[in-house]
Formats: sequence, C-alpha cells, structure tokens
Amino acid sequence: MRDKALRIVLPAAAIAAVLLLWQWAASFYTEDQFPGPRQVALAIIELVRGGRLWTDIRISLLRLGTAYSMAVVTAIPTGLFLGRCQVCRRAIGPIVQLLRPISPIAWFPLAVLWFGIGNAPAIFIIFIAAFFPVLLATISAVLSIPESYFKVSRNFGAKPVQVFISIIIPAAFPGIMTGLHIALGTAWIHLVAGEMLGADSGLGFLIIDARNFLRTDLIMAGMILVGVLGLILNSIITLVEQLINRQWGRTGAPA
Amino acid sequence: MGPDRRPGIMPSLHGHHDTMNNRRIPKIALRDAEKTFRSASGQPQTALSRGNLDVNEGEFVCLVGPSGCGKSTVINLMAGFEQPTGGSVTIDGKPVTEPDPDHIMLFQDYGLFPWKSALDNVLFGLKCRGVKDREAKQKALAALDTVGLGTHAHRHPHELSGGMRQRVSLARALAVEPSVLFMDEPFAALDAFTKLRLQDELLELRSKRDLTVVFVTHDLDEAIYLGDRVVLMAPDPGRFVNIMKIELDSPRSRTDERFEQYRKELYEAFDLVHRQSARIGSSMVGKEVLEGGSGI
Repeated sequence: MRDKALRIVLPAAAIAAVLLLWQWAASFYTEDQFPGPRQVALAIIELVRGGRLWTDIRISLLRLGTAYSMAVVTAIPTGLFLGRCQVCRRAIGPIVQLLRPISPIAWFPLAVLWFGIGNAPAIFIIFIAAFFPVLLATISAVLSIPESYFKVSRNFGAKPVQVFISIIIPAAFPGIMTGLHIALGTAWIHLVAGEMLGADSGLGFLIIDARNFLRTDLIMAGMILVGVLGLILNSIITLVEQLINRQWGRTGAPA
Repeated sequence: MGPDRRPGIMPSLHGHHDTMNNRRIPKIALRDAEKTFRSASGQPQTALSRGNLDVNEGEFVCLVGPSGCGKSTVINLMAGFEQPTGGSVTIDGKPVTEPDPDHIMLFQDYGLFPWKSALDNVLFGLKCRGVKDREAKQKALAALDTVGLGTHAHRHPHELSGGMRQRVSLARALAVEPSVLFMDEPFAALDAFTKLRLQDELLELRSKRDLTVVFVTHDLDEAIYLGDRVVLMAPDPGRFVNIMKIELDSPRSRTDERFEQYRKELYEAFDLVHRQSARIGSSMVGKEVLEGGSGI
C-alpha cells in the first residue's frame, strides 16, 4: 500500500518541482525567449484544436513504422546468420564496427542528395538508427544460446532446419526483443532529427516550422509531445517484452 | 539406425570375447582412448590418458573423481559430443563418431527449452525422430507419466522445481527409447532430499527397463548407491585409477552395512587421489616457474 502510494506521489512531486523550477527559470526571460509552463500548455491546446497535429503525428508514426519494420526485417535475419557463422562474423565484424559509430544524422546530407526532401531521407535515417541495435542484439542473442540446447538437438538427431526454427529463433527471441526495445528508442530520437532536417511534415518539422515563426511556445509544445509519444511507444514495447520474458520464464533481466 | 539389442543372449555365449573376465561383449568400450586439447594459454593438456574401460549391456557405471579428472570428457566421448585424439571409443562394436538418439545424454542444467511446455519438450525429441503427431503425443504423455509428471504436462520449465525439470529431461530421453543413458552430474544442482528421491526413482526405472547407464557424479555416496561399478578417476592427466564393483542387494539400502564398507574404501581411494593431485599441483607450480610456464 505504502509502496504503491509512493510510486505515484514521488513522481508527481518531482514533476511539480520541475514545473516550479521551469516557471522560475522562465521568469528571467521574455515570454518569446523562454515561455513558462502555462504558455506551453496553451500552445499544446492550440495544436490539438488546430487539427494539424494529428496529421503530423500520423505521418511521423508512419515513417517510424516503415523504417523500423524495414530495419527489423533485414537486421534479424542478418543477425541470426552472423550469429551462427563465425567466419562471416570475422569478415563483416570490422565493417559493422566502422559503420556503427557514425551517427545516423551524419548520413543526412547524402540522404537528401539521394532521396530528395520528403519521407525518404527520414525513413533512411531511422532505418540506420534502428538497424544496428537490432543486428548487434540478435548476434549476441544467438551467441548466448546455451551450448546444451545444441547438444540436446544433436543428440536427438534434429535436422539443421529444425534446429534453426525450433531452437535458435525461439532461444534468441528474448535477446532480440531487448534489441527491438533499444532500437525503438533510438529510432524515435532520430525520427525527429530526420524530420527537422529533410521533411516538410511530421513532429520534427512542426518544431522547425515553429522556430521559423519564432513561436518558442510551440517549439516546447512539440518537444513535450515528442517526449510523451516516445514514452507511450516505450511503454508498449516494455509490455510486450515483459510478456515474452514471462512466457520464456525469464523475469526482467536476462538470466 | 539403432543397434540391435540382444537382451536374450546369455553372457556365457559371448564369454569367449573376453576370456579373462568371462563377460559378455561390452556395450561401450574405450580402448586406449585419449583426449588432448590446447588450453587457453596454448599448452597441450591431457583430459584423458590411455583410457580403457568396458561398460556391459544393462550395467550402471558411475564415474567419480575430483574436478579436472576428465570424467566429463569420458562421458562426452562416449556420447559422441567429442572425438578421441587417440585410441577408440565404440558402442555395440561401432566407433562413436557423433551423437546418436539411441544414446541420450542428460545434463546438470537439464537442457530443457524454457519456451516449451514439459510436453513440448518431450515431443521435441520424438519429432526429431520423425514420430507422427498422434503417436508422439501418446508416447510423450506416457513418458511424463513414467516420471510422475503426467499432471504437469502443460507447465513450463520455470514453473517446475529443479527435481521436476530433471524428470522432464529424463522423460524426454525415455520417450525415444534409448538403449544407453549418459548422465552428466544430473542431480548435482538439486537439494539433498530431492536428490535422494530421484536416485531411488532412477534405480526403480532401471529395474524395469533395459538400460545401460553411465553416470558422472562428484558425490561418492551417490555413486555407490546407484552404480554396479564405480570408476574412480584422477587428474593431471585424466585417467582411470580404480574400479570398484558394488555388490549390494536390490533394492538397495543406504543403511546397509556393506554400503558403509564400500564408502570407506572409496573415500580412502579418493583421499589418495586427492593428495596425489594436490602434490602434483604444487610441484607443477614450481616447475612452471622454472620452465617459464611450459608445463609438464
């Protein structure tokens, strides 16, 4: 009981403190430079009433969905394959390690050059942002499959296809899920970045557009909306992950 | 596929194969079997040196010894997970080159698939054997019944206790009707009471089925209680040092006076091995310093 109450009271108190701090900090600036919580709340209401917000959210989620699915569909099979093929891992490893530290944003000039302004550069950037976490998580998930699973399979005379479908994929699944979780977060971060740079719609564009009109209240409203949507996406995937872990007999952290 | 089993053949008929001991043809035979490998630091190590051992059909043989004595190597060689670097390992007269569904290994960590229910785990083995769905399910349920888990068929491993998990793993093995069970410290992770109960169940099972069992353990009491013979191993290099034939009445009793006698003998032999290996261990340290870590 007391624990549960604390779980609600503590975050609520923290949010209240942040709002107060915000209000206090904003008092040193003009409204146009640094709007307070009240102005930003009004700006959010303005966005919601205006109707454009829903189109922007829909477009952003669509881009995220497209790029994320593309990354998942390519990264998981590649990861499963690399996880099982040591020679390939050795061959491709350095390339992956070289590409991975390049921020997806750095691809932006090329992306616009290749795909023009619109959906494509944003999708491309999200794809890159989501691809590597899923790939690396899949490889490490395959590598951490207990040796005894393979011994048991060999002992009963399982065929390679059987091993792949009924052992490797399900055994690696919780680990892959961790990658999917991380990738969704990075994808969402880079979606906004991508839309700020090379799009004329979406939540990222909403923020840039507000800047062009010096509407700082709308900029902050956009930022808060991005945060809220990210929180919702994260909650959904956390739930899915927990469900899977329960099914697999793992509780939270990998066993 | 599977080897022909000839439970009806009398030992005396095949006595001439091994005139010295007047035994029947061995089910499993190690002939000067050797296993060397390179350690992480690149030094060659001998996990098993000149291993000679016969396991007869229907026999229950326990391998005991301190860690590093090669008992796991022996069972892995027999089960076909590893290949000898010298000598030969045969089952039913044929060299063991790969794991065989007729010889199933049980592991200390159960080797169960956590995302599959107990039933599906047992079905996995049967499906690998190409048994059709309906028949497979019947066999799987029967096997779970045998180990007393008929009512737990739809539970997942994480919903079962350690003892129950090892029973599922046993059911999975029994379902494909192997002639040999390899058990690599199967009860080592269980609490003392569960362990005793599973030992009794294993003996009972064995009295009903035509099974040859090779059982690795570091528990000397367990080895005496279960084994027809107890093979003591020693490390550096891994080798067989002592084979003790256990002649206790069936069903066995842990309070039998002769049990105490065997226990005493085995502990004495074990102490000897232990002291020797400790001595070798300390002399090796000195040697490594002198020879710059080149080993023995």
